Amino acid sequence: MADGTPLTLPEVVRDLFARFGDNTFTLQTTVDGMPTLWLPADRLHEVLRFLKNEIARPFKMLYDLTAVDERLRKHRAGLPPADFTVVYQLLSIERNADIRLKVALIGEFPSLKSIVPIYANANWYEREVWDMFGIVFDGHPHLRRILLPPSWEGHPLRKEYNARATEFDPYQLDALRQDQEQEALRFQPEDWGMSRSASDHDFMFLNLGPNHPSAHGAFRIVLQLDGEEVVDCVPDIGYHHRGAEKMGERQSWHTYIPYTDRIDYLGGVMNNLPYVMALEKIAGIKVPARVETIRVMLCEFFRITSHLLFYGTYAQDVGAMSPVFFMFVDRQKAYDVIESITGFRMHPAWFRIGGLAHDLPRGWEVKVREFLDWMPKRLDEYRKAALQNSILISRSRGVAAYDTAAALEWGVTGPGLRATGCNYDLRKARPYSGYENFEFEVPVGDKGDVYERALMREEEIRQSLRIIEQCLNNMPSGSYKADHPLTTPPPKERTLKDIETLITHFLGVSWGPIMPAGETSQMIEATKGINSYYLTSDANTMSYRTRIRTPSFAHLQQIPSAIRGQMVPDLIAYIASIDFVMADVDR
Amino acid sequence: MLEPIQALLTPAVLGAIWAAAKAVIILLTLVLSAAYMIWLERRLLALWQDRYGPNRIGPFGLGQVIADMIKIFFKEDWTPPFVDKFTFILAPFIAMSLMMLAFALIPITPNWGVFAPDIGMLLFFAIAGLAVYAVMLGGWSSNSKYALLGGLRSTAQTISYEVFMGVSLMGVVIQAGTFNLREIVLYQEQHLWFVLPQFFGFLVWCLAGVAVTHRTPFDLPEAESELAAGYHTEYSGMKFGMFFVGEYVGIVMVSGLTTALFFGGWDAPFSSVFPALKTVPFLWFAIKCFLFMSSFILLRAALPRPRYDHMMSFAWKICLPLSLVNMLVTAGFVLWAGN
Repeated sequence: MADGTPLTLPEVVRDLFARFGDNTFTLQTTVDGMPTLWLPADRLHEVLRFLKNEIARPFKMLYDLTAVDERLRKHRAGLPPADFTVVYQLLSIERNADIRLKVALIGEFPSLKSIVPIYANANWYEREVWDMFGIVFDGHPHLRRILLPPSWEGHPLRKEYNARATEFDPYQLDALRQDQEQEALRFQPEDWGMSRSASDHDFMFLNLGPNHPSAHGAFRIVLQLDGEEVVDCVPDIGYHHRGAEKMGERQSWHTYIPYTDRIDYLGGVMNNLPYVMALEKIAGIKVPARVETIRVMLCEFFRITSHLLFYGTYAQDVGAMSPVFFMFVDRQKAYDVIESITGFRMHPAWFRIGGLAHDLPRGWEVKVREFLDWMPKRLDEYRKAALQNSILISRSRGVAAYDTAAALEWGVTGPGLRATGCNYDLRKARPYSGYENFEFEVPVGDKGDVYERALMREEEIRQSLRIIEQCLNNMPSGSYKADHPLTTPPPKERTLKDIETLITHFLGVSWGPIMPAGETSQMIEATKGINSYYLTSDANTMSYRTRIRTPSFAHLQQIPSAIRGQMVPDLIAYIASIDFVMADVDR
Repeated sequence: MLEPIQALLTPAVLGAIWAAAKAVIILLTLVLSAAYMIWLERRLLALWQDRYGPNRIGPFGLGQVIADMIKIFFKEDWTPPFVDKFTFILAPFIAMSLMMLAFALIPITPNWGVFAPDIGMLLFFAIAGLAVYAVMLGGWSSNSKYALLGGLRSTAQTISYEVFMGVSLMGVVIQAGTFNLREIVLYQEQHLWFVLPQFFGFLVWCLAGVAVTHRTPFDLPEAESELAAGYHTEYSGMKFGMFFVGEYVGIVMVSGLTTALFFGGWDAPFSSVFPALKTVPFLWFAIKCFLFMSSFILLRAALPRPRYDHMMSFAWKICLPLSLVNMLVTAGFVLWAGN
C-alpha cells in the first residue's frame, strides 16, 4: 500500500480477522512495524482471551499497558475517534512477535473493564493508568493510586494538567499536612483483604521501607508476618516517581536524552539506546556501522557495571560484607573507561539522535584492553569467594523460585526470565544495533531461583566482555553521526557555506528537530530486562506522549506471588536477586 | 602518727589492695583493648577489602578511637517515648558489664588474673547465659518491630548454642579434672595443649564462642540487611555505645577464654627447647588472644549470614551430637587411662 502498510498482513492479524471478522478492527500503521489494531471496548476481553489461551503459539505476556490522552492530538487521520486510548501490548515468546491493541474511549473520565482476570499483571498497569489519566477500570481489585501519594489531586498525564513547576503554587509541607500525608500512608490490612489475626494468634504487619538497607532505594513493602514467615505482602511503590513521562511532553526530542539516563540509573547510556533508536525509526535515519558498534560497546560496559553492582549487593544482602568492595573497584575501572570515552561516569547522556556526542577519543583501545585484561581474573575470584560459598548457596538455592509460565504471567524479562529456562534475549531474538554481528552466548538456567538468577548475571558479565573484545578488534571506521537533517545536533560541515543549511542547522539546534507524526517504539535487552520507549509524535518539536516500559516495574509486581510462605531473610535474598532500581520502577 | 595506719596495713590488707589494683589495671586494659579492637577491625577489614580504613587521626589512624569516644559520649542519648524505660536502659548495662565480669575469670599470667574460683567454668556458663538477656530485653523493651524480631532471633539462637557450648567444654574439664580455669592452664603446661586432644571440642567451642559475642555469622539478631539494626535499632548515643563496646569486650573475653582453655594460656610454645621463652608469659597470652581476635574479624570479612533456622538445625543436628560424642569418648578414655 502507498502509506507503507505491508501488503501481507502479519499472521496474528490474519488469525484475528478470521476469528472476529475484519470489521471489528481498525488497522493502524506504525513505523516500528508492530501490528497495531484498534478494537471496540466490548470485544476486548474475548480478543485477549483468544490471544492468550486459544490461538496457536499464544501471547502469554502482557508486556505493557498504558494510555494516551488523544484530545489535543492533531495528526490522527484514519484513526477511530477517541478522547483517550488504552494501549495493550502483548508479547509471544514462541512467535517472537508482539501485537499492540488499542481501545478508543470517549468522555472526560471514561471507564473500561479491567483485564486483571485475564492477565494478572494488568493490576499495577491499570492502577498506573488510573493514577495518571483518571481512566476507571471496572472490576479492578484495588484501583487506587500507585505512583502518586494517596492524597494527590489530579491525573498528571492528562493534557490539561500542568507540566512545569512554575505553573503551580509553591509546594508547602507544614506540620499539619505532613501528619495528614503520613496518616494517609498508614497501612490498613483490611483494605487489601488481609486479616489481622489467624484463629489463635495475631499477625505482625511490618513496614519494610521506604527506607531500609535492603530495599535498594525508596521502596516500601508491607509484610504480613507469622513469626518470620511472610504470609502475604503488599509492595508499595512511587516514592521515586519524578514524572519522567510527563517531562517527555515538555522537552524537545533532543533535550530529553539526559532524562532517559536517569530511568535505570545503573544503565547509563543503555537507557539512551531505545529512545534514540525509536526516534531514528520515525525520522528514517540509518546510523553508520561505527555508531552501532560504539553503542554496543558502551551498552555492554554498562551491563557489566550494573551486573557488578547486583553481584556485590546480592552478596551483601545475604550477609557477606566484603565482595561489594571488590566489585566497586571493578566498577571504578569500568567507569574510568566510560569516563575517558564519554566524559561522564554514571549518566553520560552520550547517544544522540542519529549518532553519538563525539567520536571515540584517541587511545581508547588501550583503556578498553586494560579493562578486558583485568576483569576475568577477578570474576574467577568472586566465583570462589561468593558464588561457591556454601552459606550463600544455602541462602539462595530454592528460594523464591518460579517457573517460565509464572514469569510470563507477571511480565518478567531479562535474567529473571532466562533463569527459568526460557531462552529469550532480545540481542539474539531480535538483534538491534548490529548485535547480529557478534558472537556471544545467552546463559539459560532451569531452576528459576535466586541462585540461578545470580549465575545468569555472572555469566552475562563474561559474555559482555566477549562482545566488548569483538568491538575492540573490529571497530568500523566512518562517521560518528548519520548524515541526515534530523540528526541532532545536525552535521555542521556545510553550514557556513550556504544560508539554507545554516537556517536549517539553526532551527535544528534551537527548537530541536521536528519528528514526523506517527508512533514508534524500540525494545532492547537492558541491564535488568526488556526496556522500551513507545513514542507518539504529533509532528512537533516535543513528544506528544512518551511511554517508558521498564522491566523493574513488572518484576516488583511479582514479589507477593513468589515469596508467600517463605521467610523474611528469603525475601531479602529475593529482592536482591530481582536487581531493580526504584528509578526504573517509578520513573 | 603513721603507726595506726601501718598497723592497719597488715600483709593481708596490702595483698587485698594490690589485688584490687591489679583488677582495676586488668579492667582498664580490657576496656582499652576492646576500644582498640574497633580500630583493629576497621583497619583489618579495610586491608582485606582493598581499602584504607581510618588512617587520618594520629599514627596509623590510632587516634580514631579517641575521636569516636568523644563523639559517642557527647552524642544526644535519646530515649524514644514508646519504650519501656527501665528495661531499655538496663539492657546495655547488662551487655557490657556481664562481658567484663566474665573476663575476671581469665588467668592472664601465673601471677595476674582477677580471681580463679573452683567453679570458674560454671560461672562463665552462668554469665554467658545471662548475657543474652541484654539482647532479649533490649529488643523487647524497644517496642519496635525490628528490635523485637532481633530479640526473638537471639532467643532462638541462644537455645541452640547454649546447650552445646556447655557440652563442648566438658571434655576439657574431664581431662583436666577441674572447673578452675587457672588449673586448666597449669594442667596444659604439664601436658599437651587441649586444642590437640580436644580438637572436636575446640571446633564446636569456636562456633559457640562466636555465637556468645553475636558476631558474623551469628549476628542474626542485628542482621543489618534484614532487620535494619535488629535489637539495637532504637538505641543511640552511649547506650548504643555500650552495646557496641560490650560486643568488643566479648570478643576479647572469648579470645582470652579460648587461649586459656585450648592453647595453654600464658604457656610458651617450644619452651622445652628454648626455656628463655617462658620469661614473658603475658606476651604469649597477648599474642594468642590477638590471633583469635583477628580471626573474628576475618570471619566477618569472609562469611555471609546463614538463615537462622539453618543455623538452629546445624546447632542441634551437628554441633550437639558432635560435642556429646566428644564428651563421652573423652570420659571413656579418662576412665580407661585411670584404670
